[in-house]
Amino acid sequence: MTDRAIGDTAGATYALGAALSFGAIVSLFLMARAVDPAMAFHGFLFFAFAVGGVFLLIRRHFNATANPERFAKEAAGYNDGIVRAGVIVSTFWGVVGFLVGLVIALQLAFPVLNFDLPWTNFGRLRPLHTSAVIFAFGGNILITTSFYVVQRTCRARLAGDLASWFVFWGYNLFIVIAATGYVLGVTQSREYAEPEWYADLWLTLVWVVYLLVFLATLYKRREPHVYVANWFYLAFIVTVAMLHIVNNLAVPVSWTGVKSYSLFSGVQDALTQWWYGHNAVGFFLTAGFLGIMYYFVPKRAERPVYSYRLSIVHFWTLIFLYIWVGPHHLYYTALPDWAQTLGMTFSVMLWMPSWGGMINGLMTLSGAWDKLRTDPVMRMLVVSVAFYGMSTFEGPVMAIKAVNSLSHYTDWTIGHVHSGVLGWVGFVSFGALYCLTPILWKRERLYSLNLVGVHFWVATIGILLYITAMWVSGILQGLMWRAYDSLGFLEYSFVETVEAMHPFYVIRALGGGLYVLGALIMAYNLWRTIRGDVRAETSEHERAPAALAQEGARA
Amino acid sequence: MKHAIIEKNPLLLTVLTLIVVSIGGIVEISPLFYLESTIEKVEGMRPYSPLELAGRKIYIREGCYTCHSQMIRPLRDEVERYGPYSLAAESMYDHPFQWGSKRTGPDLARVGGRYSDDWHVAHMNNPRALVPESIMPGYPFLAETALNFTHMDDDLRANRAVGVPYSDEMIEAALQDVRAQTDPDSDGAEALLARYPKAQVRDFDGDPNIVSELDAMIAYLQMLGTLVDFELYKPEENLR
Amino acid sequence: MTYEDVVSFAGAFGLIFFMVLFGIVLVYALWPGNKAKFDKAARIPMRED
Repeated sequence: MTDRAIGDTAGATYALGAALSFGAIVSLFLMARAVDPAMAFHGFLFFAFAVGGVFLLIRRHFNATANPERFAKEAAGYNDGIVRAGVIVSTFWGVVGFLVGLVIALQLAFPVLNFDLPWTNFGRLRPLHTSAVIFAFGGNILITTSFYVVQRTCRARLAGDLASWFVFWGYNLFIVIAATGYVLGVTQSREYAEPEWYADLWLTLVWVVYLLVFLATLYKRREPHVYVANWFYLAFIVTVAMLHIVNNLAVPVSWTGVKSYSLFSGVQDALTQWWYGHNAVGFFLTAGFLGIMYYFVPKRAERPVYSYRLSIVHFWTLIFLYIWVGPHHLYYTALPDWAQTLGMTFSVMLWMPSWGGMINGLMTLSGAWDKLRTDPVMRMLVVSVAFYGMSTFEGPVMAIKAVNSLSHYTDWTIGHVHSGVLGWVGFVSFGALYCLTPILWKRERLYSLNLVGVHFWVATIGILLYITAMWVSGILQGLMWRAYDSLGFLEYSFVETVEAMHPFYVIRALGGGLYVLGALIMAYNLWRTIRGDVRAETSEHERAPAALAQEGARA
Repeated sequence: MKHAIIEKNPLLLTVLTLIVVSIGGIVEISPLFYLESTIEKVEGMRPYSPLELAGRKIYIREGCYTCHSQMIRPLRDEVERYGPYSLAAESMYDHPFQWGSKRTGPDLARVGGRYSDDWHVAHMNNPRALVPESIMPGYPFLAETALNFTHMDDDLRANRAVGVPYSDEMIEAALQDVRAQTDPDSDGAEALLARYPKAQVRDFDGDPNIVSELDAMIAYLQMLGTLVDFELYKPEENLR
Repeated sequence: MTYEDVVSFAGAFGLIFFMVLFGIVLVYALWPGNKAKFDKAARIPMRED
């Protein structure tokens, strides 16, 4: 067994080593022949990645040969090392992404903070914020939790040791290339798909390996059934691959330059982009995170999901309906009416499976509602599901053409997005991180459950400030744009509407600041937990044996 | 039941998922590609001149689309505020489209000719000098940065590869056209106008010593929405 | 096939496809024979590892 385990990795080590060496040569070529400084820099990043990878491989090989017993032991159980690494980077990127969000919120309230420099203006930092929270934070959370959940629900070790680490490092290289690119002005201007062609190709490679690792683990399972959380993860991986490839079809100007031109133009390009854009919401920020919900909510509540049948209906109807709704981003534009109508019909229908999923998540707690009071982590998970319900109700309302004619182009959209990402995606991720950390580092429990409670309230107040400010400013903005005076002239100039937004932008920044503060509290709590500290707490949590017993049992 | 197979076979689950999600996209998106009536018959559309295209690249680079739309909806207030509603044909050469999704600033689909070059120069340098309530970032570095257009012909070639009708002649003359468009007295100005009708030829940033990024940016802004003559456009012929 | 044909096909096909898929899923989910299997699957996360 021992020999075979090492033998297997040795073959894979040589293959990966050869691939990385080849990659190093290609990146050197990119660096040397680059037509723009950004490509030279990114060539260097690729090169550093390849060299670093080779170094890690060699170190790993010597560790394995020097201490084969320990290596074999590590290679036998679940692969939790990668999940631990994922917890750390997810937390890091979360804080970074929220901070950049706070910065750009402040820029909208106080434009002097743009500093009139290329690297710090709102236009470049905004994609940095969206990508950092969606792809760096959200993406790492999804990869991390999917690697954890698929192992536990299949009772099998993650397939392909090196392959999974390649996914981890490769994905984070993509993040760094995307993030530095935005600051340097490298963008395709496709919202949530801004990285240029070479980063897209790299992500495609990483993503295919991710899919293979996930599928191979499902094949290794020692469970007759594939648990429903894995369905959602699988749909997320497969669909994102399809969306990513189609939406990023482009012709580069030069093979050693950053710039490319999209294959499609105008109307077709717009619909392709928003087909991608809304399904980034549907499959990245919804399906993937529903995978988290379907595992962690039942696990934490210590009871099976309310209705497994409902989860199956939820799955198929959700993936079917989401794929059609992109045109609701293009109402009253030059997109043909029939496509707009089709998009509206399916958008409104999407309300049903979304609420089916919400009910399924919430009702899992039936008979254990006291956990909401005694376990702040459970509270975080449940409130995330409630926010999921709220934003999936708001979404179909905003997808009604008449409503959209007012809400489109305004802050209402921004508020809607943030009720989804701060409330649903953020809270369900925090809940998962709080669940995972004590288990992965074999701690008795979290450093402090009270701090989880503080995080919960600080972040919740932050979200409420954020979304109420955006509702008011969005509706006000929409109404001011279409207001007429008694003589039949437009009542407000555009800049008057900008001026009216100022107080709401300040409130929004305040809400965002609270959310950042909450994330910092979480990072501190997780760090102390990892260190092995336990805070003496005489709170209601201490008196709640259920929550503690559960923590203890898992450790 | 054969569904038991689905649930136990991950590959089958993958394939079924892919079928369910791809059919939606195919049925919804593909009609747009082979039906000409998604794009109205209008006169006046032409590919961007090399200088305008360079300006467009800067517009994209600085993320202007994050705050400015280029899509006027056929709603009374928008048509009165911004001009005739946008036609699909007006973005037929836009790789990628720049319709935007948010109006933190006003729509720019027809900003061409609305303001003078001087206004744009001052506004880009410091928006609050002209509009005190504005929250737009300042872009003073555009005026100071020389436009890098040494590979502009490659940009035209890439555009031709994705379907923009740039001729060999246009590609050949790309670099000299950049210079010519900022210099009305040059020999190339007339040839440029023959290649790109309605192109505006002048020293946009008011600094004759340098072809700056600001030259390109203003050239792009000043042509937005100016190509189609709406006196001649008959919407009823293009009912969709 | 004209543009209009394709357009009406797109809308009608979308809805019919959805109805059929929804029907199949509903039958599958509510099929009495599947209940035991689902109950078992639902307990997968509960197993201590």
